[in-house]
Amino acid sequence: MNSLTRVVVSLMAATSLGGAALADMKTEIGPGEGQVDIVAWPGYIERGETDKNFDWVTDFEKATGCKVNIKTAGTSDEMVALMNEGGFDLVTASGDASLRLISGKRVQEINKDLIKSWNTIDERLQNAPWHTVDGKHYGVPYQWGANVLAYNTNVFKEAPKSWGIVFEEQNLPDGKSNKGRVQAFDGPIYIADAALYLMKTKPELGIKDPYELNEDQYKAALDLLRGQRKIVGRYWHDAFIQIDDFKNEGVVASSSWPFQVNLLQAEKQPIASTIPDEGATGWADTTMMHVDAAHPNCAYMWLEHSINPKLQGDLAAWFGSVPVVLSACKGNALLTDAGCETNGVQNFEKVAFWRTPVAKCASQPDGCVPYYRWVSDYIAVLGGR
Amino acid sequence: MSAGAASITLERGGLARRTSDALFRRPALLLTLLLVPPLLWLGIVYLGSLFALLAQSFFSIDEFSGLINYEFTLSTYRELFRLANLDVIIRSLVMATAVTLASVVVGFPIAYFAARYARGKWKALFYLAIMLPLWSSYLVKVYSWKLILAKEGIITWIAQKLHLVWLLDAVLAIPVIGGPSLSISYLGTFLVFLYVWLPFMILPTQAALERVPGNLIEASADLGAHPGQTFRTVIFPLALPGIIAGSIFTFSLTLGDYIIPQIVGTSSYFLGQAVYTLQGTAGNIPLAAAFTVVPIVIMGLYLWIAKRMGAFDAL
Repeated sequence: MNSLTRVVVSLMAATSLGGAALADMKTEIGPGEGQVDIVAWPGYIERGETDKNFDWVTDFEKATGCKVNIKTAGTSDEMVALMNEGGFDLVTASGDASLRLISGKRVQEINKDLIKSWNTIDERLQNAPWHTVDGKHYGVPYQWGANVLAYNTNVFKEAPKSWGIVFEEQNLPDGKSNKGRVQAFDGPIYIADAALYLMKTKPELGIKDPYELNEDQYKAALDLLRGQRKIVGRYWHDAFIQIDDFKNEGVVASSSWPFQVNLLQAEKQPIASTIPDEGATGWADTTMMHVDAAHPNCAYMWLEHSINPKLQGDLAAWFGSVPVVLSACKGNALLTDAGCETNGVQNFEKVAFWRTPVAKCASQPDGCVPYYRWVSDYIAVLGGR
Repeated sequence: MSAGAASITLERGGLARRTSDALFRRPALLLTLLLVPPLLWLGIVYLGSLFALLAQSFFSIDEFSGLINYEFTLSTYRELFRLANLDVIIRSLVMATAVTLASVVVGFPIAYFAARYARGKWKALFYLAIMLPLWSSYLVKVYSWKLILAKEGIITWIAQKLHLVWLLDAVLAIPVIGGPSLSISYLGTFLVFLYVWLPFMILPTQAALERVPGNLIEASADLGAHPGQTFRTVIFPLALPGIIAGSIFTFSLTLGDYIIPQIVGTSSYFLGQAVYTLQGTAGNIPLAAAFTVVPIVIMGLYLWIAKRMGAFDAL
């Protein structure tokens, strides 16, 4: 019944989609409307309710008079669905949702002149393709992170140099096989991780971008993943379950987030993380504004607030992510000066950020395999086909 | 007298009174008015959404752009019969059947004892013990089962203390249902399903057993039947409607669940998960809708077979 209700809800959302006109871009920020409604990842907007030290909402509310209402969403799809329904001003969208929101005309262009600190944003992110389309900016970068390779330091005395240890059956440095001791991510987007590995190990395939795969490259990635299925006992989906698997299931290597690694290290577990030579996939989130935002002035004030160094540093410490404002890396008590390094700021160049694969792509003249096929094929791979 | 009659006619003149009279005189109108709201609910909200969904399954997704093609086609259903998708259906079906059979085996003796032997305080305690798991959060239960079944979890620890690790290893070595640890195997998924849905089997079975008249059992004994014969020919047939009712719960709940197999198991998809991923991340609503039709058809067949077996005759 539950899944049925969900389908029906998303159907209704889909039908209400068509024909929304693009609102005109604002040219000045007026007085606040008294509130702003934000769709965010859990833990992304904290008002000190979980831990008093992590609060970047209360001061904003006092200074602007804009009350912040947060609706958390657990997946990118939930975010897209909520934005389709409307009634929200802002959303912290990941790269696999942001382009869908733009092409669905659910978010509006941002006037970056109204965001005074725009130039403090990491230059590499200012024009990132997941929020900039045809030179128009549809959001303000918020945080990013990499899908790192987490490993057990008792088994690996040195950091592994290749993702091969989780993709292909082999003996680990402790002399035992990796069968049943490695994990992989339980989401179709993980096919890109396989493609990234093949980019280095099988250059003859000619993969230029792990999110743009033609039929042959796609088939090679699936074959690699089918082999991986034989050595992976369970795929991880929930961060806390993975933490538990590292502690109680004898998992010694897996793709992971800095979030899990930080928590495991805080518990004094022998876990460390690295980015192997092949590079890594990652996520970069952008705060985007709804096309019919009811509180645009407060929304612009939040956008400006969202990139202040104090917030960026606190959030990075809380979430295990990397600030988009590099000055946040210094002098933040919660993050400490080593924090950005721990969370992987130096890895930017090695990260292939999540994007939704589409049929029409730049690097492959014959077109690419679109995302819906990634989904059905990944289900097949997990089922052992 | 005349003053009283006048006051009655006066009251009869009130609007509420007139409406009431009109309704009394036309019972059909009253019935219609009473039935319209629930029928609207059933018709529009329930059946309407169901048909909207069914209609979606006759559309298809455009292979190239990934957009939905709003033209009648059966190609989505053909897609359902691709081996990978058939796997998902068969896997869910086998799991639901196994869970249902096991909950009958485990649940019946408990229900039998609670219905026929437990008295007074014990009866209350039994009810409480059966209901208690239903009160705590579903997620908490599933997560704690993950800890119980983990490789370094409680069951392994007990096996070590009892020097029974060889037995656990032998069980885990069984092909298909085994795996590296209990929490990473179909066996583990099965155990958690069994635990979570068991109360739904016990309660209707117990209710059915309580309705079996004691004098029938005595009569059966008086006529010289063995306890076993009494059970087979009197108690079990009379309890069957309860068992069937329970099995409808356990079967359909297992068929639709998408959280347990995600936390405990081998990451192979079950029906609910497939629907969730297809309609969510993939935007392949036609295939998700086609997948949703599967449990509806299966449950329809199931109820039909149950009816043929006479499960509803005693109702």
